Amino acid sequence: MQKSQGFKGFLKYVRRNPALGGGLVILLLLLLFSTVAGLFVPKEGAYPLSTTPKQPPSAEHPFGTDSVGRDLLPTLIYGTQMTLSIGLIAGCIGLGVGTVLGFMTGYFGGLFDTIIKFLVDVLMTIPSFLLLVTIASSVPNPEEMSILQMALILSLVAWVQPTRAIRAQVMSMRERAFVMMAKLSGMSGMEIIVKELMPNLLPYLAISLAGAVNGGVLGSLGLQTLGIGNLREPSLGMTIYWLRYYNAFLQGYWWWIIEPVIMIAAIFIAFLLISIGLDEFANPRTRRTV
Amino acid sequence: MRIPLSYVLKRIGFLVAVLFTAATINFLIPKLAPRDPVTELINRKIASGGLTSEGAAEFGDSLRKLYGLDKPLWQQYLTYIWNMMRFDLGYSIVNYPQRVSDIIGQTVFWTLGFVATSTILAFLIGTVVGALVGWSKTSKWFSWLMPPLAMFSAIPAFILALVLIYFLAFKLKAFPLRGGFSATIEKDWSSTEFLLDVVHHAILPGLSMLLVSVGGWALGMRAMMVTVEGADYITFAEAKGLKGSRIFFSYALRNTLLPQVTALAMQLGLIVSGATLVETMFSYPGIGNRLGAAIAALDYPVIYGIVFFMVVGIAVATLFVDLLYPFLDPRISYSGG
Repeated sequence: MQKSQGFKGFLKYVRRNPALGGGLVILLLLLLFSTVAGLFVPKEGAYPLSTTPKQPPSAEHPFGTDSVGRDLLPTLIYGTQMTLSIGLIAGCIGLGVGTVLGFMTGYFGGLFDTIIKFLVDVLMTIPSFLLLVTIASSVPNPEEMSILQMALILSLVAWVQPTRAIRAQVMSMRERAFVMMAKLSGMSGMEIIVKELMPNLLPYLAISLAGAVNGGVLGSLGLQTLGIGNLREPSLGMTIYWLRYYNAFLQGYWWWIIEPVIMIAAIFIAFLLISIGLDEFANPRTRRTV
Repeated sequence: MRIPLSYVLKRIGFLVAVLFTAATINFLIPKLAPRDPVTELINRKIASGGLTSEGAAEFGDSLRKLYGLDKPLWQQYLTYIWNMMRFDLGYSIVNYPQRVSDIIGQTVFWTLGFVATSTILAFLIGTVVGALVGWSKTSKWFSWLMPPLAMFSAIPAFILALVLIYFLAFKLKAFPLRGGFSATIEKDWSSTEFLLDVVHHAILPGLSMLLVSVGGWALGMRAMMVTVEGADYITFAEAKGLKGSRIFFSYALRNTLLPQVTALAMQLGLIVSGATLVETMFSYPGIGNRLGAAIAALDYPVIYGIVFFMVVGIAVATLFVDLLYPFLDPRISYSGG
């Protein structure tokens, strides 16, 4: 693993790791689409009754409109923005909590480790999506749920995987010679964690982040598809919910079905490629995954 | 290949802990949430004209008494855990007096049918494809299968279901759009016509589950195969002059199966969650679609009951797979720990 020399070094590395490059490019395009395109397309079109319903794609409505008069171009722009934001916030909280717990338990061990490990094992057996369904369907006024509230609910389960992964990595690294050296030279536990372990675990933290964001996006899509959460504000899951609710299939509104599917597929394929690429970065000796 | 009793007891203890946690979460979350299902139900009844406002107070009191909501919290909790232990999941609020356990009984077999079939098929296909790709003596053409399979594995099953419904059911009309059987056929499990109809309806939901999971099994298997191929016993088998197919099946494949089965146990939760959403997409008469309907109707006892039932199912299946390991792989023994 070669230390990158700024942005140029990064570009050079990405050329040898096409999965990482490809994933980052797709994610960047999605981010551009959901932010920059929003500067030119007003959000008003993403609400019902804003335009003529049931229009196939045309010059006036490049993405078509749905059966209650949402213009699908702004719906998808702001929907992608909302879905990615939810995933990012939930993923960052999950990684943050997971990092603290993972380092604490993996490095110090003890009773705290026993308790957290048990909790993680239990929560790994209970499917997180079912937990989310229980929690999110009990929230008062789910129809007014904000991005932040949705993300907070998702982060209640998003910390479990990162905690487990980081704990395992820390435990395997704890016994290495350079940690021993640091200990012998009189560094405190916290110092060793921050100065010695953290830098070595950065690629694993990045993998955990990609996984947690991916999980957040998946969870929010699943909940919204079941009708839990804010179904008025544009989001990708909300789009899926309404196209099912209004039987887009029976009417043959192909654009209404295919467009959100393409956006969602692009998000997950981006995360897949990024995690494959990061995996190769973290373990350059293993064979390529795809 | 005997499993020591202490290990079995430890695993069962863990199972109890999982179920206890799930039941406690199920009990606590509605109590923490500042919404009152009884008031909500009464308001809905009043709105639909089924109840006058004079009768509402009395109706509310009797409902609270029926659900034990007038008792102190600790007593409610103990009653709840006791009911869960007897698998008494209470009554549906919306379809009162239907029992939640009856609702589960009516729907679970629909789900088990297509989910079990698609999971087993995906596991077999994925394992064989992954093994063929990982084994260096097979055609290089197999490796072209991996990128599309990996792409599919990244996409959630219910999203893929949308594409399948649109192209195969709506455009080609090769499969029904929704449901578990045709409304025009008499529901009779002994008639072949009805059974074929059920299978016809189950193909698309099953296919969406299958396509997204084959990739995962293939990826895992390929990685294992690459590792095993370098092992000494393979070299030795080759030196002995054994047939290629014998080495592939009896030496390589046999030794890579166990991690796949372990992964299967880990995937059960994801499979159940995925199937819930796929059923919703197809309005399939299974337990996941029923959960979706209960969420839409705010039928809390049904939501919590189905979630708890799924957790029990997954936890028991995981335990079962764990205890199966020594029979799959004689190298495993639990006597050490």
